[in-house]
Amino acid sequence: MWRLFLKEVNAFFNHLTGYLILCVFLVSLGLIVWVFPGTSVLDYGYADLDPLFSYTPFVFIFLVPAVTMRMLAEEKKAGTWELLKTSPLRDHQIILAKYMAALVLIIFTLLPTLIYYFSVVQLGDPVGNIDSAGFFGSYIGLFLVGALFSSIGLFSSALTSNQVVAFVIAVFTCFLIHGGFGALAELQPGQVALILEELGVIYHYDQMGRGVIASNNLFYFVGMILSWLILTWMVVSKK
Amino acid sequence: MSIEINSLSKRFGHQKVLTDVCFQAKKGQILGFLGPNGAGKSTTMKIATGYLSPDAGDVLVNGISVNRHPKAISKLIGYLPEHNPLYPDLYIPEFLTFMGGLYQLRGTQLKERVKTVMEQCGLMPEKTKKIGQLSKGFRQRVGLAKSLVHDPEIIILDEPTSGLDPNQLLEIRKLIKSIGQDKTLIISTHIMQEVEAVCEKTVIIHKGKIVANELLHKLKSAHGEFTLLLQTEENLDPGWFEGLGFLNCEVKNTRSLLFTCTDPTGLKKSLMKQVQERNLSLSNLSQKENSLETIFYRLTKN
Repeated sequence: MWRLFLKEVNAFFNHLTGYLILCVFLVSLGLIVWVFPGTSVLDYGYADLDPLFSYTPFVFIFLVPAVTMRMLAEEKKAGTWELLKTSPLRDHQIILAKYMAALVLIIFTLLPTLIYYFSVVQLGDPVGNIDSAGFFGSYIGLFLVGALFSSIGLFSSALTSNQVVAFVIAVFTCFLIHGGFGALAELQPGQVALILEELGVIYHYDQMGRGVIASNNLFYFVGMILSWLILTWMVVSKK
Repeated sequence: MSIEINSLSKRFGHQKVLTDVCFQAKKGQILGFLGPNGAGKSTTMKIATGYLSPDAGDVLVNGISVNRHPKAISKLIGYLPEHNPLYPDLYIPEFLTFMGGLYQLRGTQLKERVKTVMEQCGLMPEKTKKIGQLSKGFRQRVGLAKSLVHDPEIIILDEPTSGLDPNQLLEIRKLIKSIGQDKTLIISTHIMQEVEAVCEKTVIIHKGKIVANELLHKLKSAHGEFTLLLQTEENLDPGWFEGLGFLNCEVKNTRSLLFTCTDPTGLKKSLMKQVQERNLSLSNLSQKENSLETIFYRLTKN
């Protein structure tokens, strides 16, 4: 299983596309956080990174499917899927190896943004005047959003052997899960609205952004990720 | 180690792909699995390797069921799928190490095996290249090396020589023959010369059904028909030769006739007699052995 995991991570960094995705992510967030007048932290006047945390999930909606779309679809298209399936590797090991590779890539994309944190710490008046708990809560939240989107991406990659189709399905599903439930809740006020809202990512992500990592939020993310992975496994193990 | 294919049936939607397919291969035997395109060769092989599951029937490797223990079996089987899928971005040793790792080889043992199969398959001169840069023949060798890397007892090759040039073909056949000495080998192909060159046993499948399952020489003698070609300088009339004990007479052109018979020596004598009586000048009288090709054609034509 480690072999497959390492191969996946290597495949990402041996390709121009890997670096391209990384660059696009960092440049677009850098522009939003530091340059664009409407969202720039420098213009905003408060020592926090709200723009980073509110825009990254939207970038993730496109970025994560771009990373995961090839993971199963390409294997199926190239026929190498048959090599994996006829090896002693079990289906869940294949999925876990690929999923963990996706998580590592998300950590890699998030790591450089830690620099933003230290920059803002320095910019605070006095230096260090920043809500660190909220910051790291959001960071963990971001990682979990990325992890959830990866599991969705992996699932849609399992559905088809066409990468573009996998990408489109994943983007759409991530979009629905991210904002769709919240929007539905607004249309349908009452008891149902609460349930609908709790199904969406934003609700839980925002709570984590306050610096409190509550068990219900963690449970939401872990449960969702597991369900998508199990769905993927069901698709993949069909003969 | 033996492999037994026991009455496999499989359907894809409404199309019945395999019906009651049975055959077996023993250790040291190279089995040629023949059939026209779309006859169900690849499907059978995919089931034998545990990639697909059959609707009915089972495959037994040393008595262990592939249906029930596909992962235990996978270590015993080396499989070269049709179209030879590979990772074009990997270097040859990298790919073989990766595949060996999936088959739970570790450390020095893995290194040794990778080196051995690379030498065995003649890949050493290309070891610094990525798979994507290789020519078709070398890719085929990489696929073959991949199916050997974990030293399996049973090797299943799905059209291992498709798209090779004649020199490569000979080399790969030689390699297959040398591997086959102490392993069980199943090769699917639709190239008859290949079967005649390397295989001991032949199974012919047509429209998902087994139509022949015999040792090669038995198969040839069982369908014991021979063809004789008669050519003369003068024009020939098929009527002259009636009643000479042949099955069929085909007019190739005005000066040559093709006879099908079961007793070529007898027919040859009577043909010679006719030629002398009619004072014809003979230019050719030759016998063609019933080739696998004609047997194959006859068994699978409808």
